[in-house]
Amino acid sequence: MSFINYSSREINCKIVYYGPGLCGKTTNLQYIYRKTNPDQKGKLISLATETERTLFFDFLPLALGDIRGFRVRFHLYTVPGQVFYAASRKLILKGVDGVVFVADSQIERMEANIESLEDLKINLAEQGYELEKLPFTVQHNKRDLPNVAPLEEMNSILNPNGIPFFEAVAMTGRGVFETLKNVAKQVLLELKKHY
Amino acid sequence: MAEFDLVMYEEEFTRIDEELQKLHQQANAKVLFLVDKNGQLIASAGDTHNIDTTALASLTAGNIAATGGIARLLGEREFTILFHEGEKDNIHISLIGQRVILVVIFDQRSSLGLVRLRVKKASEALTRIFDEISSKAEKEKAEGRLEESPFAEISDEDIDNLFR
Repeated sequence: MSFINYSSREINCKIVYYGPGLCGKTTNLQYIYRKTNPDQKGKLISLATETERTLFFDFLPLALGDIRGFRVRFHLYTVPGQVFYAASRKLILKGVDGVVFVADSQIERMEANIESLEDLKINLAEQGYELEKLPFTVQHNKRDLPNVAPLEEMNSILNPNGIPFFEAVAMTGRGVFETLKNVAKQVLLELKKHY
Repeated sequence: MAEFDLVMYEEEFTRIDEELQKLHQQANAKVLFLVDKNGQLIASAGDTHNIDTTALASLTAGNIAATGGIARLLGEREFTILFHEGEKDNIHISLIGQRVILVVIFDQRSSLGLVRLRVKKASEALTRIFDEISSKAEKEKAEGRLEESPFAEISDEDIDNLFR
């Protein structure tokens, strides 16, 4: 649910990074934060445990520029990936405009990816959304590791509908902005459809 | 989509702003925020200058969402008021019409009783305004017209320009 303010001429959209624990959601946001001009970003808020695991969410507001005189702001959120934080994940999906699914490419994390994607679908359905109808991008992260699953296999399992996907190494930034740009574009085109 | 997008025009914004200014004065508050449940700042009153309003909006919405989650676990529909007491400043957070969150920050120049009383009054007025906003949006959507849409003409180039 985006917020369009004709008074301050702003459009606010919410993008949520979803995925299994330790797949690199927070790392995506940290990289975006590091590489964005100070005047285009707000504070990166991380509600994390002492061991730097996300407890509730990370939040990064971005104001990338104007479209037709409207300032476009994206609010990026991550969810806590660990399985037992299910209740919190549900809350963060409220009012979402676009979803990035960050998959961990390591073969041994494939089960966790599948479980997380299922969890995403269930949580969206509870809010009245369908993943197929939302702006959605898949990021296959950690492509630099030696034990990764082949792309074809990852796509056949996690992306059977053939939606846009990106290979990434969030630690070094590879694929991070490409992913963001793709989902942001889908969100804005969705607005265009509605208005 | 599950909900309507929130579309705010100048006219309603002015009315909301007036209500907030009035409440700011009557409650003797330091700062006031109105935030939607998804964490987006709608309006504010008072000296917001040293406050990161965007982050505050997002965290407040997270706070309300978490509290709502606890409420449902306990069989309550929602806890409509949250109050945090600090050494100098206190925060009074209330849900308005199940839709928006009113945040009042105040210090010893005011009191919890006064804030609660004034917030209650202001809530009624704000609820009416937001009811009108949603019925207006639904009507316009049904009639298929929305004034001067900035999106109709969005091009791929516009979007690419954002990421330069």
